[in-house]
Amino acid sequence: DYQHVQVPFEITLWIMLASLAKIGFHLYNRLPSVVPESCLLIFVGLIMGGIIYGLNDKSPPVMDSDIFFLYLLPPIVLDAGYFMPSRPFFENMGTILLYAVVGTIWNVFGIGFSLYGICQVKAFHLQDVSLLHNLLFGSLIAAVDPVAVLAVFEEIHVNEKLHILVFGESLLNDAVTVVLYKLFRSFCEMPTIKSVDVFAGVGKFFVVGLGGILVGLTFGMTAAFTTRFTKDIRVIEPLFVFLYSYLSYLTAEMFHLSGIVAIIACAMGMKRYVEANISLKSHTTVKYFMKMWSSVSETLIFIFLGVSTIGENHEWNWPYICFTVIFCLIWRALGVLVLTFFVNRCHVNTVTSKDQFIIAYGGLRGAICFSLVFLLPDIHRKKLFIAATTVVILFTVFVQGMTIRPLVDLLAVKRKRESAPTVGEQIHIRFLDHLLAGIEDISGHWGQYYWKDKLEYFNSKYLQKILLRENDQPKSSIVLLYEKLERKHAIELAEAGQLGHTPSHPSLLPFGFLCSNSNKTVITDKNLEDTLNPDVLENIQEILARNLYRIRRRGPAYNRHTLPGDTEPVEHAKELLILRHKNL
Amino acid sequence: VGPQGSSPPVPSLFPPLTVTSEQIEHLHRRFKQLSRDQLTIRKENFDSIPDLEFNPIRGKIVHAFFDKRNLRQESDGLVDEINFEDFLTIMSYFRPIEMNMDEEQLDRFRKEKLKFLFHMYDSDHDGKITVQEYRNVVEELLSGNPHLEKESARSIADGAMMEAASICAGQMGPDQVYEGITFEDFLKMWQGIDIETKMHVRFLNMETIAHCY
Repeated sequence: DYQHVQVPFEITLWIMLASLAKIGFHLYNRLPSVVPESCLLIFVGLIMGGIIYGLNDKSPPVMDSDIFFLYLLPPIVLDAGYFMPSRPFFENMGTILLYAVVGTIWNVFGIGFSLYGICQVKAFHLQDVSLLHNLLFGSLIAAVDPVAVLAVFEEIHVNEKLHILVFGESLLNDAVTVVLYKLFRSFCEMPTIKSVDVFAGVGKFFVVGLGGILVGLTFGMTAAFTTRFTKDIRVIEPLFVFLYSYLSYLTAEMFHLSGIVAIIACAMGMKRYVEANISLKSHTTVKYFMKMWSSVSETLIFIFLGVSTIGENHEWNWPYICFTVIFCLIWRALGVLVLTFFVNRCHVNTVTSKDQFIIAYGGLRGAICFSLVFLLPDIHRKKLFIAATTVVILFTVFVQGMTIRPLVDLLAVKRKRESAPTVGEQIHIRFLDHLLAGIEDISGHWGQYYWKDKLEYFNSKYLQKILLRENDQPKSSIVLLYEKLERKHAIELAEAGQLGHTPSHPSLLPFGFLCSNSNKTVITDKNLEDTLNPDVLENIQEILARNLYRIRRRGPAYNRHTLPGDTEPVEHAKELLILRHKNL
Repeated sequence: VGPQGSSPPVPSLFPPLTVTSEQIEHLHRRFKQLSRDQLTIRKENFDSIPDLEFNPIRGKIVHAFFDKRNLRQESDGLVDEINFEDFLTIMSYFRPIEMNMDEEQLDRFRKEKLKFLFHMYDSDHDGKITVQEYRNVVEELLSGNPHLEKESARSIADGAMMEAASICAGQMGPDQVYEGITFEDFLKMWQGIDIETKMHVRFLNMETIAHCY
């Protein structure tokens, strides 16, 4: 009885296909390093589309814009917002906003006007495409797509600042895109356009952006507040994170505000409080579910992009298409150059020319443009726009996506610093923060650190009392990092101990040998990972601090010969304990 | 130059202080506010800044202003009062990076800033950061958290000290005991953090605030 299960069955089949394709790529080790995953997925989509077209002899199902905007996009943006490193994001906020807002507007008008210029040329038979239509097309093609950027940049590991600039821009330009797209679309339907309407459009931008942030923060705070009371029902804690974020997105879309900005504001706002309130297991659940969903969404989007390319939806007017691609590249490069010039003049954190090149080159377009072009009203040349959009997306994803990695290597762009986080670093950064806030107070200057300090104060005085559970006041990030590292050390030590230690009876804990010469407390917990309650942790810390540090002071002889230049404390602590145990 | 009448003398500092005269004007005005129109500032004058109260390391910051090592004086210890020239000297540690600096200047720039920080950590002026001093720093930093016991702060400091020791331990002889973090070790610890761009204050829009106090 196929009709009965058709819809869920087909959906599941598509998701299955997407996941199998992903497995397939990673089986060939060399492939993902040369070709980014997004390209491969589009390719698979193209093949699928071709098969469907061949079988049915009609156009394959085009990705429905509603499905894209309501189901496929939110998980990706939520994942991006939740795991966004907030410190670099806010430090570079000015630059990001400049690129997102001013840069996008520049691109839209640049592309729109130059394409209109092209349309005037008689030889291309394009004279019926009006300026407004060109601007409308410009507004949807100019925006950089977060999905495509994420897919490509995640694999090339550039330095944090560059990553956050490109990525932050791609997320925040949604507000501008939404406003301009809707504005031009409404202009298409209006007989005359007055300057009042234009000003209304500008005002609308602020409403859309700020309204999105407000909606997001409201839902974020509500989510944090709800998790305050979930102590007894830990199982559904992760659900609240997802529900509230999705609600914020839908609410924003309902009021024609920017859904992406809302969901990001929600995720970033609630993250701190929710993480303090929910249990460790819920936290892991949230993390993995988010990653899984966003991964599936991303895969589906690219496959559908490929599928939708095949078909009879296109009108191939090659001059227009080629010029679109060229203008996209030119205007983006110009925009980045001009804006960076201004940024470098008033900001100390300079953007180098290599960075600029990567920012300009990393302006990938993706599925958002694609869905927006299908949502266009049935104007005369819609198919032309669809064709141009498809070519631009394919060009940026394939050509730019594939060549960006060799270019990054060639230009020797600063890569991500792959080093383990240390407690010392956290201490220093925190110290520096307070120092700079203090100097700003003394010099009477209301700068970045001053406001950050004020926000922290407001947070600790009011917000934390309301949003966090009674007994669990939050720990400073230094303490959290220290505990995380201690846990890691303790687990590694336990494993090292188990290698050299033959337990006399199975219930003897891995920590038995560790406690034997210092104090006689036996930690009666079975599994270290499961139950690290505060008492156990305290004991561990005590023991480690006492033993390890004393070892350091007394026996530096081991260091010289057993360590190479820079090993972590874990390594030699492990060595020392094994050696000591052998001597016992 | 300014409405106050006497323009403050621009001290000849080494390396040359490239702060504009406008900024010096602003700082001079601020100095006058803090000192209540006297010529020098004492420690008590810093109490008049309300926002500084909530800063956990305020003791160390104020201390740094009076530290002779930061004021580039030959001797050691603390002065009782500082004049505007000294105030500017301290503020000059926080000037932003300039576009036309070459490698050597950049390196010296960085070392200067790190030396300032080192003096803040090393409270007994012996040129080394011992465990006790490090513990002191961590305790002060975490003093905002009432729920944290002293033990935890101590063990965190110990852990951090161990990390530092492991970075610098490679050069130790077999019988040497690790006493404390020297300035060279300190430089190594800060290698990952780009202090040149982080440790600066933009002295730009002080106009608005100077009127508020």
